[in-house]
Amino acid sequence: MIRLQAIERRFAVGDEAVYALNGVSLNVEKGEYLSIMGPSGSGKSTLLHIIGLLDRPTAGQYWLAGKDVTGLADEERAQIRREKIGFVFQLFHLVPRLTAAGNVELPLTLAGLPREEREERVREILAAYGLSARARHVPSQLSGGERQRVAIARATVTRPEILLADEPTGNLDRGSGREVTGIDRVFGHP
Amino acid sequence: MPFKDIIGLSWGALMAYRMRSFLTALGISVGIAAVVLLTSIGEGVHRFVLAEFTQFGTNLLAVVPGKTATFGVSGAIVSTVRPLSLADGEALARIDGVVAVVPVVQGNALVEAQSKSRRAFVFGVGSAVPTVWRIKVTTGKFLPAEERGTARAFAVLGSKLTDELFGGTNPLGQRIRVGQERYRVIGVMERKGQFMGFDLDDAVYLPAERALELFNRESLMEIDLLYEPGASVDRLVTDIKRALVSRHGHEDFTIITQKQMLDVLGSILDVLTFAVAALGSISLLVGGVGVLTIMTIAVTERTSEIGLLRALGAERDQISKLFLTEAVVLAGAGGLGGLAAGVALGQILHALIPGLPVQMSWGYALAGEVLAIAVGLAAGVVPARRAAKLDPLEALRNE
Repeated sequence: MIRLQAIERRFAVGDEAVYALNGVSLNVEKGEYLSIMGPSGSGKSTLLHIIGLLDRPTAGQYWLAGKDVTGLADEERAQIRREKIGFVFQLFHLVPRLTAAGNVELPLTLAGLPREEREERVREILAAYGLSARARHVPSQLSGGERQRVAIARATVTRPEILLADEPTGNLDRGSGREVTGIDRVFGHP
Repeated sequence: MPFKDIIGLSWGALMAYRMRSFLTALGISVGIAAVVLLTSIGEGVHRFVLAEFTQFGTNLLAVVPGKTATFGVSGAIVSTVRPLSLADGEALARIDGVVAVVPVVQGNALVEAQSKSRRAFVFGVGSAVPTVWRIKVTTGKFLPAEERGTARAFAVLGSKLTDELFGGTNPLGQRIRVGQERYRVIGVMERKGQFMGFDLDDAVYLPAERALELFNRESLMEIDLLYEPGASVDRLVTDIKRALVSRHGHEDFTIITQKQMLDVLGSILDVLTFAVAALGSISLLVGGVGVLTIMTIAVTERTSEIGLLRALGAERDQISKLFLTEAVVLAGAGGLGGLAAGVALGQILHALIPGLPVQMSWGYALAGEVLAIAVGLAAGVVPARRAAKLDPLEALRNE
């Protein structure tokens, strides 16, 4: 499903080249669950951004579902993100003025789904994550754990083939981290 | 993404900052209200002036002495202009399609009656004035049609002059003196108001033949013709030229059709209305700068949101449309508010100053709304393009 070969991500810091990734090769099959661990600054987020087509490698090749996506144009990458990838960000990245339901509905709206279908799917997924009572609440009215669950619901509502989560509980305290039970259910790991 | 969803998202963003959106839209409203109000006054003045000019009817032609033209040989040829005479008027009356003719000579003279005297306009005219100029006689009758050389010393008074000279008493049969001549009052005209600076009510109407003597003139100042409604103006002009050229030997007169006059006047008034609309548009431009400012701030403030939308798969075009729609909705809503305010202000102004002609012009109002939307589009383009160009990852890091 995901195949990376000799991926390199180099940043220029002044005159110096800094490597976030250097020669990373990786294969992930469909249905496989993979955790990437490493110290802060080791390039975990950069790798996820490249897999999630949010960033481009400076060298190497990337195949997604058998297709070379390394040199795709911006709009083609956006289409793949919309149709195949769900991303849970370390920070919540919820739109402050939208309700929990509105935030979860956003990717479905961008995908052009009809209103009735969007509402039905949002209702279902909010119920699945125990957020039905919070549907009309804006992010500032939600706890940290609830916000992250909304973010997970948003990443999964489009039923993506690939779900990427960048330290989904990293920004939460211990109690709230435990609250994010949905993430385990999504990955099928209790 | 369907357009209604783009509208929905844009509307939501605007409603999140109600006061800011309201104040921005208000800037556009003021501009549109100014355009609507100023064009309403312009259109009102336009109609008022045209009504003044058409109060005497629309099937009119005027022949005046003299001809302005440039010829190939200069200096050596002496131009001779024959006077426009009463006989010319009679000849023109015989042209097919001409209903009536009024020879006109006018001036100013002291009018005396009993112990009072007053300077007033003197119109030396023919008997067809009530028909050609559409002025009715309220008391008595108008000057009779008489053979040339036999015009009796009759006078018809305007309503104001009647009041000034005779107060409440009946002027019919009374004697007045105009210049050195004595006249008998045989009628009083209806109230007509002012026209081009002439107070038609503060006037006395005398037979043209006697007015020529009074002012010691050889030529009439004008001959007015009323023609049949269906008559061809071009054909009439040709016939008038032929008749007068055969009498004068050459074309030493000018024919002014009312259509020509109204066309020129209409185009001048159109320019004036457009000019005031342009003045109003300056404030609309200021409103547009307000939209540009707010949209630029919105893009900066919502960089992270833009990054999120891009990360979720929104295309650059969708992001651009979202911000452009916000700008257009702001300007469009402001424009509608401005239209309502402009119409209301126009009505209030008309109620406070009844003499001020105010006429709402839907054409300009519609153009104003279209302009408001265009201003919104123009003001939204740069911020929308900026938003669409943002790199998703960089934008996300902005939080």
